Amino acid sequence: MEAFTTHTGRAVPLRRGNVDTDQIIPAHWLKKVTRNGFEDGLFEAWRKDESFVLNAPERKGATVLVAGPDFGTGSSREHAVWALQNYGFKTVLSSRFADIFRGNSLKNGLLTVVLPQEVIEQLWKLTEADPTAEVTVDLVAREVRAEGVTAPFELDDNARWRLLEGLDDISLTLGNEADIAAFESRRPSHKPSTVRA
Amino acid sequence: MGRTLAEKVWDDHVVRRAEGEPDLLFIDLHLLHEVTSPQAFDGLRMNGRQVRRTDLTIATEDHNTPTLDIDKPIADPVSRTQLETLRKNCAEFGVRLHPLGDVDQGVVHVVGPQLGLTQPGTTVVCGDSHTSTHGAFGALAFGIGTSQVEHVLATQTLPMAPFRTMAVTVDGELPEGVTAKDLILAVIAQIGTGGGQGYVIEYRGSAIEKLSMESRMTICNMSIEAGARAGMIAPDQITFDYLEGRDHAPTGADWDEALAYWKTLRTDEDAVFDHEVRIDADALTPFVTWGTNPGQGAPLSASVPDPASFADPGDRLSAEKALEYMGLTAGQPLREVAVDTVFVGSCTNGRIEDLRAAASVVQGRKIADGVRMLVVPGSVRVALQAVDEGLDKVFTAAGAEWRHAGCSMCLGMNPDQLAPGERSASTSNRNFEGRQGKGGRTHLVSPQVAAATAVLGRLASPADLSDAPVLTEV
Repeated sequence: MEAFTTHTGRAVPLRRGNVDTDQIIPAHWLKKVTRNGFEDGLFEAWRKDESFVLNAPERKGATVLVAGPDFGTGSSREHAVWALQNYGFKTVLSSRFADIFRGNSLKNGLLTVVLPQEVIEQLWKLTEADPTAEVTVDLVAREVRAEGVTAPFELDDNARWRLLEGLDDISLTLGNEADIAAFESRRPSHKPSTVRA
Repeated sequence: MGRTLAEKVWDDHVVRRAEGEPDLLFIDLHLLHEVTSPQAFDGLRMNGRQVRRTDLTIATEDHNTPTLDIDKPIADPVSRTQLETLRKNCAEFGVRLHPLGDVDQGVVHVVGPQLGLTQPGTTVVCGDSHTSTHGAFGALAFGIGTSQVEHVLATQTLPMAPFRTMAVTVDGELPEGVTAKDLILAVIAQIGTGGGQGYVIEYRGSAIEKLSMESRMTICNMSIEAGARAGMIAPDQITFDYLEGRDHAPTGADWDEALAYWKTLRTDEDAVFDHEVRIDADALTPFVTWGTNPGQGAPLSASVPDPASFADPGDRLSAEKALEYMGLTAGQPLREVAVDTVFVGSCTNGRIEDLRAAASVVQGRKIADGVRMLVVPGSVRVALQAVDEGLDKVFTAAGAEWRHAGCSMCLGMNPDQLAPGERSASTSNRNFEGRQGKGGRTHLVSPQVAAATAVLGRLASPADLSDAPVLTEV
């Protein structure tokens, strides 16, 4: 996984709540068997509308998505995270994320930052008024900064450490092989098995 | 202090607990399908890893599979490649697969329970948000992403962040014609699509205890639509009776041992939930959605709400956008909304009980002119059972299309889709924009409402059918 320490970039203010992962990447894109090539599918239906914020020329190259509450609801498709990353987003800010989407994002190094809705509103106003305004997401200091905005955010130490170091979760878990083997050896025989009788 | 059901199952699966780390949980059952697994198998290959426990892993094909002409090659080359990729991966890594054409093929969340693999007190995961379905058995069942699929394939464990507990207590009795689907749609409308965020919900109360396993699955299935991590129902005699004798249910001494354990899986009297919601079953009526998320629902007898009536500015904006997308007007009675398509199926409502319910409504009737009704069994075994009971004939006699098993129009990854502007009454789980096809408009409903809607061509319940039998007083 790519490490995340601090990032500064221009933002896309997305004034919508309840952005489900079907909107982030529609199902027909899910037939691909790779982790890349999803950028054109990002918000595919909404991008057909010329007035959609992502289509504005001044948002080209923006890397920070500032979204409404309940971002990433619905389907567990990790393709939603890949689409955002393939498009160029490094971080998403919202007052609330759906659990599975959040887990997926942190496993891929896309930093999802939970901020109070008032801060999201401030960032919307700032970046709508000035598309060149930059937003810094500092994972080291656990702080979001922009002109007139300094907002701390929470992320548990373990998740933060894994992101800062860009660690592979599977390798970490395999370091606990003895614990897994011990659990397996005491697992009751009545537990289900997929082996055909 | 006592523990909740969810906490008991969690504690029984902790492989490693260390200060400052998420608990590492053992996974009893890993279900796979073609859409969210290819990149996970690639990851294993890149790192030279194996599937640790092929004996706890099982795959089926459901999202891409066609529901017509299943004996012919799949027309869409991209879908075909995805299915072939799953077949190659399962063969290479030694994973049991039920492909298209196999008698145990079907929607992954229908297949697991029907094989008896989903058992009380187990941890179940799948790269699919509707894995919450399996909680109906008192299992702790989570939808996961592809990185986690790879993690489970490689280690049979998952590091999991702690959860909060929520009780949704439903007392009383569901009135005639009101189903588990109406109940869960009402719950989601009450707590919102993000209200369950971070929680494992336990559904309890006298109305839940009376429900069949299939109805319980419908409820737990849609926990994710309230944003919950999982949904659970404590196992009881109904659960045990459902499981006994199934292919993978324990037998002999193992059955006795399992049963003794399963009976301990109840929330302790003195356990405390972090949040509690109460619902009066007697007050419920058929419920449908009017908007573009599953929380935007109302009783069928109501009218499309006025966005201005929402206090929260975000909710107001969301309702405005939803009405625009759905082509609805505030104040329009929901019963006057005409539909083009009716879909009966999915992991929410594609089991035999659901098909029986829909069939009982269309029996001896014709679906309305210009309406197409698709009936898609959740699995091949459900289809066989339905044929055995003559339900397929009931549907086709009414003018409906009887299809092969799969996810089908729930998400339109196969050819079963809505055309732009088309409107459906669907027994599935998501009314998101474009979910059933680009520009398609979805109203989530119960199988009974779906069937009555097909007959009248507009949103309706069986009670609206003029020749419906008069219900006798109970």
